[in-house]
Amino acid sequence: MSGSANVVSMRGLAKTYHLDAVDVPALMDVDLDIRSGCFTVISGPSGSGKTTLLNMIGCIDLPDRGEVTVAGQAVQKLADDALSDFRARHIGFIFQNFNLLPVLTVEENVEYPLLLSRTPAAERRRRVAAMLEAVGIPDKARNLPGQLSGGQRQRVAIARALAPSPQLVLADEPTANLDSHTGSAIIALMRDMQREYHVSFVFSSHDPKVLAEADDAVMIQDGRIMAVERDRRAPAPEGVRP
Amino acid sequence: MKTLSLALRNLLRNRRRSLTTLFAMMVGAITILLFGGYSRDITYGLQTGYIIRGGHLQIQRKDYFLYGSGNPAAYGIPGYKQVLDVVAHDPVLAPMLAVATPTISLGGIAGNFDAGVSRTIVGTGLVVEDRNRMRQWNDYGMRFNIVPSALTGTADDAVVIGNGVARVLELCQPLGVPNCPPHARVDRKPPEAGKDAASAPADIAALADMAAQDAKASRQQPAKSAVASEPRVEVLAANVHGAPNVASLRVVKAEKQGFKELDDMYLAMHLSQAQRLLYGAEQPQATAVVLQLHHTREIPAARARIAELLATSLKGADLEVQDFESLNPFYGQAVAMFAAIFGFMAALIGAIVLFTVGNTMSMAVMERTSEIGTLRAIGIRRAGIRKLFVSEALLLGLIGAVAGVALAAALGALINHSGLTWTPPGQVDPVPLTVRVWGEPRLMLGTALGLTLVAVISAWWPARRASRMQIVDALRHV
Repeated sequence: MSGSANVVSMRGLAKTYHLDAVDVPALMDVDLDIRSGCFTVISGPSGSGKTTLLNMIGCIDLPDRGEVTVAGQAVQKLADDALSDFRARHIGFIFQNFNLLPVLTVEENVEYPLLLSRTPAAERRRRVAAMLEAVGIPDKARNLPGQLSGGQRQRVAIARALAPSPQLVLADEPTANLDSHTGSAIIALMRDMQREYHVSFVFSSHDPKVLAEADDAVMIQDGRIMAVERDRRAPAPEGVRP
Repeated sequence: MKTLSLALRNLLRNRRRSLTTLFAMMVGAITILLFGGYSRDITYGLQTGYIIRGGHLQIQRKDYFLYGSGNPAAYGIPGYKQVLDVVAHDPVLAPMLAVATPTISLGGIAGNFDAGVSRTIVGTGLVVEDRNRMRQWNDYGMRFNIVPSALTGTADDAVVIGNGVARVLELCQPLGVPNCPPHARVDRKPPEAGKDAASAPADIAALADMAAQDAKASRQQPAKSAVASEPRVEVLAANVHGAPNVASLRVVKAEKQGFKELDDMYLAMHLSQAQRLLYGAEQPQATAVVLQLHHTREIPAARARIAELLATSLKGADLEVQDFESLNPFYGQAVAMFAAIFGFMAALIGAIVLFTVGNTMSMAVMERTSEIGTLRAIGIRRAGIRKLFVSEALLLGLIGAVAGVALAAALGALINHSGLTWTPPGQVDPVPLTVRVWGEPRLMLGTALGLTLVAVISAWWPARRASRMQIVDALRHV
């Protein structure tokens, strides 16, 4: 990673989806910087381009035009395999539907990204145990995802996202499938994890509770950035990674 | 966690579908193996029959194979005893040899003078003790009922004929030949001495007179011994000078032969008798030296060594060597036919397995689209996705093939002990129905590997499709 204070930088980003004979612009001329070590929320109405923007940041979709730099790397220049390796090393994902592998136990789900980054076995075991402890479900290590509640599954997803020590964690509507109480607990947990591990969190959400926790908020509508609010919570975030 | 472990767990997610696919593979493996084992048994049975009758290799005069059947006397091997001596004492060949024996094949006419009937025959002159040893050859453990030759312990003038020959020569009753219903026939009187011969050339007329006198004398003599009361045939053959030679021979038994064509022409006699018929008082010869090896797999080595001997110790004898497949083209045709049927069946079953496993993997890809997107998002490469689905097919293939082979072996054993019998081509007596699965490692391994390979190939396209999915599209999939 470069010494930049921005973990993500976007310039002139544009993306259009072609649905049958209709072109649907999802992003138009987006310029955006996301600061390292911040809790950033991308907010906007349905169809505004939140998820598309998040996909660009997560390197799982590429723009038609413009440049995306994540953790100091211009991602358009990477081939598919290199992009996969880049995601495995630098980006963690938390999905709305948790997206855990149902045939793997909780600890195996958390361990899986570490296998992809070829972490030694002893280190894998240590980090899995630490992550499960951190998200508060060490006693569920041998359970299958199907045996857990929604909140517990999302905790496993958070542990999985953070296990390989990424610089950036992306969460697409992480509380959408949780009840209000559990959603609040998950937000609080992610906030704690962000502070403890000094990781940049980027959410797409229109949940006011999530917005209330955000350091920075990006407002998007019709594929355009309408506003960016910085340092919404004082004091300024600590632990910006070099 | 290894890819195979994940693949196995994925297979167990939808147990019913996996079991159905495995069942299809097992049925395929069982079908291939049972038919393969059955055709293998037929092949071994045919081969054993040919090896017992004619050995693995025959040393013959050059071109005897092509032209000798029309004139065996001209294609004899004068020095056949030397040939026998050389092959029997050769340090390379001797360890491979089970039996080396001379033989004569001749064509002629066999007649029953009393009944006034005759027919063409193909005669074989053989050394009975050697032939009895050849009958013991059983490299493949066939369950044939092998009995010594009926010529064993008989005098030089004894012959064995096919049931078909016995029928035509009207010898059914004295020889106890079954299936000889009464038939309408042109009534012919037995020839009278000198009458029919009058219109024949002088030498033939003289021979006919002699034969008729001999037959009359033998009928007029009361049975001085058991030998005199046995049925006789007169065998006419051309000798080495092209002149006809006649011998009155005693039929000790009629034996059914495996093929009707052979049954209607078969006549076996002692070698010395055949030599007298063909060569008279001249130096006795043989039309071939039959070599039976301990094992069929030794044919190439034995043949190569014989070629060396023909070029050195037996140089100038103008000989060549033929193997049993050349001498018996039907064997190669039968093997090729079974190979073609087996290949067709294997291809058909391979296609069924291909589509079954392919369908299973396609459904798995469709159902796990979102999961594929997740795996790709967290950093697994396209090749990793391909590897995962191919591994699932590999496991399916391995489990199905191993279970199929085990079940086929068990079913084979059950069939082999069921007491079912059948009569293979070329055989006379029914033999136990045998399916050779266990003990045929190449067949078992080939089937298992073939089915596994088909399973892996069938997964390739769905796996490729999975690996090429757009991550965002896969994640959106419900």
